[in-house]
Amino acid sequence: MILLEMFTYPFIVRAFVVGILVSVCAALLGVPLVLKRYSMIGDGLSHVSFGALSVAVACGWAPLPVSIPVVVVSALGLLRMTERSKLGADAAIAVVSASALAIGIIVTSLTTGMTTDVDSYMFGSILALSQADVALSIGVSAAVLVLFGLFYHQLFAITFDESFSRATGMRVGVYNTLLAVLTALTIVLGMRLMGAMLISSLVIFPALTAMRLKKSFFGVVVLAACLSVVCFCVGLTASYLLSLPVGASVVVTSLAAFLAATVIGRIRGRN
Amino acid sequence: MDKEILLACRDADLGYEGKAIWEHLDFQVRRGDYICIVGENGSGKSTLLKSLLGLLRPLSGRIDRAESLRGGAIGYLPQQTRAQKDFPATVTEVVRSGFLSAGGHRLLYTPAQKAQALVNMGKLGILELKDRCYRELSGGQQQRVLLARALCAARELLILDEPVTGLDPAAAQDLYRTLAYLNKTEGIAIVMVTHDMENALRYADFILHAGQGKHFFGTVRDYLASPMGRRFGGESA
Repeated sequence: MILLEMFTYPFIVRAFVVGILVSVCAALLGVPLVLKRYSMIGDGLSHVSFGALSVAVACGWAPLPVSIPVVVVSALGLLRMTERSKLGADAAIAVVSASALAIGIIVTSLTTGMTTDVDSYMFGSILALSQADVALSIGVSAAVLVLFGLFYHQLFAITFDESFSRATGMRVGVYNTLLAVLTALTIVLGMRLMGAMLISSLVIFPALTAMRLKKSFFGVVVLAACLSVVCFCVGLTASYLLSLPVGASVVVTSLAAFLAATVIGRIRGRN
Repeated sequence: MDKEILLACRDADLGYEGKAIWEHLDFQVRRGDYICIVGENGSGKSTLLKSLLGLLRPLSGRIDRAESLRGGAIGYLPQQTRAQKDFPATVTEVVRSGFLSAGGHRLLYTPAQKAQALVNMGKLGILELKDRCYRELSGGQQQRVLLARALCAARELLILDEPVTGLDPAAAQDLYRTLAYLNKTEGIAIVMVTHDMENALRYADFILHAGQGKHFFGTVRDYLASPMGRRFGGESA
């Protein structure tokens, strides 16, 4: 009964809608990102996104219109860094994300102080979502789903083998950019709910978990999307029932799923 | 009788940012040729490959391609990356991805492409592996999968970048026999960068040797008679 009662609160319904949409997008994009060793880009972007949001709040600007372009530009920048210098890429991303976070914190403490707004960007909150966020999430996730579907084979090809794709005349740069931009959008949307510190887990966990269980790329993509939604719903419900922060409960649920998948994968591997 | 020319370098200077690594390179790949590119590390073999694949423009001169090779229709076997070793994908998924060249975006593979993918897997003896996961295959089997993918991209020319690196000797011999079969029976031209001089001399029709500032292109016999060939091919021939 208490579970049904949950849906009488409009903010919970909004959290479910936005969360499910963001989970699906993050999981889909996560598979190529993880396989291309770009997981850290997701993490870097969430910190940049936090920095942008704090500055926007401090200046009294609307948060999303400011942070979306900033994060998209950073996504392109991080992508270039990763492509240019294979060796220093993870260090470069770490530097960018720590700096963005630091700037966000300094701007915040100089102006408003640590308000609930800023706190909710850091650790996520189901109260942070407005009706406009729901509309934006629906728009962005529709775009992610359609583009992912349209370019599924191309994304597979550039993920599996960039040099071959380049040699056969595919515009690899265009698809990498598409991947980075869609990731940026997904992260900005999901960050309000999950928090800057935890949003990258939404990108990484489902792909990792699905990879333990499935042997085909298609299987991994489908399972990652399903797992992501299930983990989000379980996590959100747990957060409602136990009064826990959403982001953290979703991550812990995902971790449990990952550990279970690892054990199942090991057992299967032995037989 | 002249065989049809697939790819021709005509007085081409190749290199990066105005700095030519290859100067006045003249050579051609004709239908059914088997050419090995040899030379020390850093002598510009990968620059040449990139240029042949059309990823790098010649600084001067020309690289002409036959009509049938335009639009990315070159079968390429790159060096394997570490990321691929544990990639979750079935053999079928990998092989079919060879059809995604520049021309035309389709949402699904056509029935003809799916059939052709099966034919190519058959040619390489990996049909029974078609639902297996790529990461569970041996190095030699993985190379066959990538060759089948390359055949989906192109039927006339295969360009291979050190294909036997990392294979055990038996798998390497296996790969050479497969390539010889594709070359002789299917008439596919092969251009291979390799360090394996012994097998290069055994299987190739022509050798392109990259050296500091100078190069050699000619038949294996001419190569062995040349100063470069005596120095490099001597011990194994």
